[in-house]
Amino acid sequence: MYKVLRSSRAASAATDIVVRAVLGVVVVAAALGGLAAVPARAVAAELPAAERVIRLATTTSTENSGLLGWLLPPFEKARGYSVRVVSVGTGAALKLGANGDADLVLVHARAAEDRFVAAGHGIDRRDVMFNDFVLVGPKGDPAGLRKASGAAAALRTVAERQLRFVSRGDDSGTHHMELDLWKSAGGLPKWPGYLSAGRGMGEVLAMASELQAHALTDRGTWASMRSRLDLAVLSEGDPALANPYGVIAVNPARHPGINAKGARDLMDWLTSPEGQARIGTYRVGGETLFFPGVPKSVR
Amino acid sequence: MLEPTREALYRLASLDPALWTVIGVSMQVSLAALAIATPFAVAGGYLLAMTRFPGRRLLVVLLQSLLSLPTVVIGLLLYLLLSRQGPLGAWQLLFTREAMAIGQVVIAFPIVCAFTLAAVQAADPRLHETARLLGASRLRAAFTLLREVRFALVAAILSGFGRVVSEVGCALMVGGNIAGHTRTIPTAIALETSKGAFTEGIALGIVLMGVALVVNVALAFSQGAGQGQGNDRGRSGPGAPGRTAGVP
Repeated sequence: MYKVLRSSRAASAATDIVVRAVLGVVVVAAALGGLAAVPARAVAAELPAAERVIRLATTTSTENSGLLGWLLPPFEKARGYSVRVVSVGTGAALKLGANGDADLVLVHARAAEDRFVAAGHGIDRRDVMFNDFVLVGPKGDPAGLRKASGAAAALRTVAERQLRFVSRGDDSGTHHMELDLWKSAGGLPKWPGYLSAGRGMGEVLAMASELQAHALTDRGTWASMRSRLDLAVLSEGDPALANPYGVIAVNPARHPGINAKGARDLMDWLTSPEGQARIGTYRVGGETLFFPGVPKSVR
Repeated sequence: MLEPTREALYRLASLDPALWTVIGVSMQVSLAALAIATPFAVAGGYLLAMTRFPGRRLLVVLLQSLLSLPTVVIGLLLYLLLSRQGPLGAWQLLFTREAMAIGQVVIAFPIVCAFTLAAVQAADPRLHETARLLGASRLRAAFTLLREVRFALVAAILSGFGRVVSEVGCALMVGGNIAGHTRTIPTAIALETSKGAFTEGIALGIVLMGVALVVNVALAFSQGAGQGQGNDRGRSGPGAPGRTAGVP
């Protein structure tokens, strides 16, 4: 008798839990649905559904530094858009644009950007902002790079002294910048300490720290990882290290299905006084990572 | 899709050195890892199947759960061990082929070991008894039994190879994907895709699928041969000691 009683009580307790769980799920779902429905309806009145979504292909630096999380929400709120960000290397971002898998691209590799426009993949390139690169290496500065005059000279010293250097080697904007610097240093010499990692900025900095090697990095990633790395800035401030970002709309003549109006609205906003001010006020650990406009050296 | 594939086949046929270096590194590391892991894994699997000791069941359960350990977890643990701040930092092995091979040994070991255990357990227990009765030493009897299940052992080793040669998580973390040094087929595919260079990715994908195909054809053949052996045994009748005729 006791056994039966206990099992029936257990069964009713189990039923009770199930009922409560189902009720809970229904209530939460209804609440979420109600919340979601209100703004969705408000926005839907302004824009057809397909035109509300803007697909932005951009580099990892803008996403990883947290800039886009600071920059985009005011635009989305004011204009009723939803921006979907795909953050990859500059090469892949341009490829997404060329394939019509993005409505606009925000990248930092001027030569590749110009080729992209010249090939008819994109239109209306505009300058948005810039940041800069720094050359980092072992804290002891074994090559004496702090005394080198300029970034190209510093790189040449690393190669002459046969020290380790970890390259991004992934066709990213940072990789392009490194190759440009080697060009002005008189070419990239082959030596065993030159390691082409083919990885993202964070991984390359971690590798450089482990191997006590040198690396070229954007200031944003460096600022966000500095505390975890056994490295120091050895060369900075060279005008050649300025890193301008451009925004390009994907050519709607090539890809009729893309959201050309959305892309233009986002570009207008990024280059408007309001958008530019927002870029300039973004800080990580008290440090400004991106400066609005175009650097003097590039103008 | 078709255009990059054709381009990829052309690159492979024209012996593009960068492409073949990647393939060479992959094969070198995976074969070395398997050569190290196999003897220990087979011995371990055999002992687990043939001996009884307290905690054996726990060990078997642990071994089987290791089969589903994600390779990135192995990569993370190995990274922490080999890092400059880690206990083995002085060996300076991080971002070398040796580090990748160590990772692959850890990945391959449970696979080969668990498959060996299953194969030995499934073997006719009278085989070992008969060998011992006929005067074979323990070691000799072990080799006789392992010889009997050799097709299952080949399958075990090939499964291990298939896993390590296509593994990307651990190789990327402890190898670092350094061009010409620690860049393997799967890490190169991950890189080329992130660069938007699909041609190279497809070419390497074809190689990897080719390797998988060769491995599986080999597997199918060995199992086919094993099947023949099974029929053979059926014909000679259960309990017939004919199969142990080779034992002195």
